Amino acid sequence: MSAQSVNTATIGSVRAMPADVQGDLNDQVRVERAMQSFAMDYGAMTALRLESCIHCGICADACHFYIATEDPQYTPVLKVEPFKQAYKREAGPFAFFFKLFGLKRRVTTGELGNWQHLLFDSCNMCGRCSLICPMGIDVSALIEQARRSMFDAGLAPAELYAKAKHQEQTGQPESSAEPYREKLQAIGKQHRVEIPMDKPQAEVMLCVPRTDIEHYPKAVAALARVMQHLSVACTFRSEGLVAENYGYYAGGRDWQRQISLKLIEQALACHAKMLVVPECGHAYTALRWEAAELYGKPLPFRVLHVTEYLAEQLDAGKLKLRRADSGAVTFHDPCQLVRKGGVMQAPRRLMQALGLDLHELENNRAFSYCCGGGGGVLDIKRAAPLRYRAMESKLREVDDTGAGTFLTSCSDCRATFDDAKAHFNWDKSPHSLLELVADNLG
Amino acid sequence: MELLEFARGPALKVALAVFCFGVSWRLVGTILLRYHRHLSVPRVGFFKSAMLGLLVGGSRSWPHPQFIKRTGYGEALGYSYHIGLFIVILFFAPHVLFIKSLFGVSWPVLSSSIITIIAVLTFTLLLAVLFRRLTYSVLRKLSNFDDYFSWFVTTLVIVTGLMATAHFGARYETLMAWHILSFDLLLIWYPFGKLMHAFYIFPSRMINGYFLARKGAPS
Repeated sequence: MSAQSVNTATIGSVRAMPADVQGDLNDQVRVERAMQSFAMDYGAMTALRLESCIHCGICADACHFYIATEDPQYTPVLKVEPFKQAYKREAGPFAFFFKLFGLKRRVTTGELGNWQHLLFDSCNMCGRCSLICPMGIDVSALIEQARRSMFDAGLAPAELYAKAKHQEQTGQPESSAEPYREKLQAIGKQHRVEIPMDKPQAEVMLCVPRTDIEHYPKAVAALARVMQHLSVACTFRSEGLVAENYGYYAGGRDWQRQISLKLIEQALACHAKMLVVPECGHAYTALRWEAAELYGKPLPFRVLHVTEYLAEQLDAGKLKLRRADSGAVTFHDPCQLVRKGGVMQAPRRLMQALGLDLHELENNRAFSYCCGGGGGVLDIKRAAPLRYRAMESKLREVDDTGAGTFLTSCSDCRATFDDAKAHFNWDKSPHSLLELVADNLG
Repeated sequence: MELLEFARGPALKVALAVFCFGVSWRLVGTILLRYHRHLSVPRVGFFKSAMLGLLVGGSRSWPHPQFIKRTGYGEALGYSYHIGLFIVILFFAPHVLFIKSLFGVSWPVLSSSIITIIAVLTFTLLLAVLFRRLTYSVLRKLSNFDDYFSWFVTTLVIVTGLMATAHFGARYETLMAWHILSFDLLLIWYPFGKLMHAFYIFPSRMINGYFLARKGAPS
């Protein structure tokens, strides 16, 4: 990876920001690659989204980065401006007209470099802007597409690129002193629960967030304990262990596919009827909604988030829970689960069964603010100051509920809140809903 | 040929032709692009998702309560001048006569004095819209030629219409010619810029609504 900076001689309408660069491409090739990549995903849907924008700016009012800073460059639809410009100039129905009258300038590498900060550091792809747009434009879908183009042009943030590359090559987003397979077994021993590994046949295949292995081993044990309680034939597979997909974060279309394929192949190998995604929001999006598209056909097994799976088991009378003595609790809805995934009632069904006194956040369910760390932002070091500003209002919302226990169902959200706890000396700790379930099995 | 004859004769014909061909070209150029097949198993079936998508076509007209506090002013401004434009376009007697000459249908009209009041209000709101675009940092940063020119051609039609109604500034025939020429200009610009949102708004909302519905996500 090169540490060079792109040529920022031509600056667009946003502040110049240092950009990470991969490869030694010249500026023209970089722009061409970005635009060709964007065009690969062009279809009627993308065109409709790009054509429909009326520049009303309302999407800014849904974005926590804009709300926290009131900096207009964080207006969601502005984050795809180079691609909108390129579409209208090169591919739209009136491309000849825009070229003829010079109404749309050619996008430059400098502009793309500046936009790296907007597309990666200041966007969690949380989709809140897609709910506010009066034209109904799914801005986050455009941003995901733009991230892919940036990746293909060698303009992804260094941290995301490195982790995606490592995961595509080794199955793990970063190296560890011992392989995750051994780490999982050690967690099992420490928490006195069997970790089912590499069973040749299983009804349910499990995977695990790297974040849990590294930071929240109790959540790994909780997953195993709950499955043991349900007496379900299940297994982790050492060749498809990690739930996260850094290819999705970095915008690496092929790497995202390869990483998803590892899990798909393992699920097929053990004849699983179901792939249960642990508490990881973006892993759910990558596996539930995007894996089949990249695989090229519908997946021959169900993909469920662990809260969905447990709520199903609860309704089937197989999961018995005791009332938890947690006092007042509040719950953070992970964006990828609720807004982009449709998993809204399952966690509440579990909390109800646990008899929790749930105090909802002011903005909850589909309107929940992102934790600020999603979309890989937590991994981008230079993004930390902006991220902290963007999440302040979220922390206030949690405080305002007066709840003593703060729950969520995504380990990346949890890690983001834990990071904020250290940064702000915040007096709350995010807890895992899954762990609470495992602690209160009937 | 008198200017008025030119405005409502060849100029109007050319403008209508550009409008019809341009709108069709832009819509077809969007709709005929390829469609990706969605292979993930939907949480909600096609029929129900499609119905929910249709509903979003209408429901997105009103912002979610969670957003109104932040967006209420801008949306109220936007709605107000749109409503004003609709009333002036659809309920002013000469406009209805013009529509009747084109399509053979007509409907009851409002009195000229009411239309004039609404047109003045609409013009004032359009000035407020421009002021907001120039002073609100988000809009200023987003705005380009299309935003300002689309505002200009819309406002020009209202201003020339008011001048013609008030017989202000020139002979009535000249004022009418300006009004019709400004309308011709609007028709010609229409397919190229953001005024096309009138055609895109419902498909865009419905499709987003459909995709959210198939995931079981709120829209």
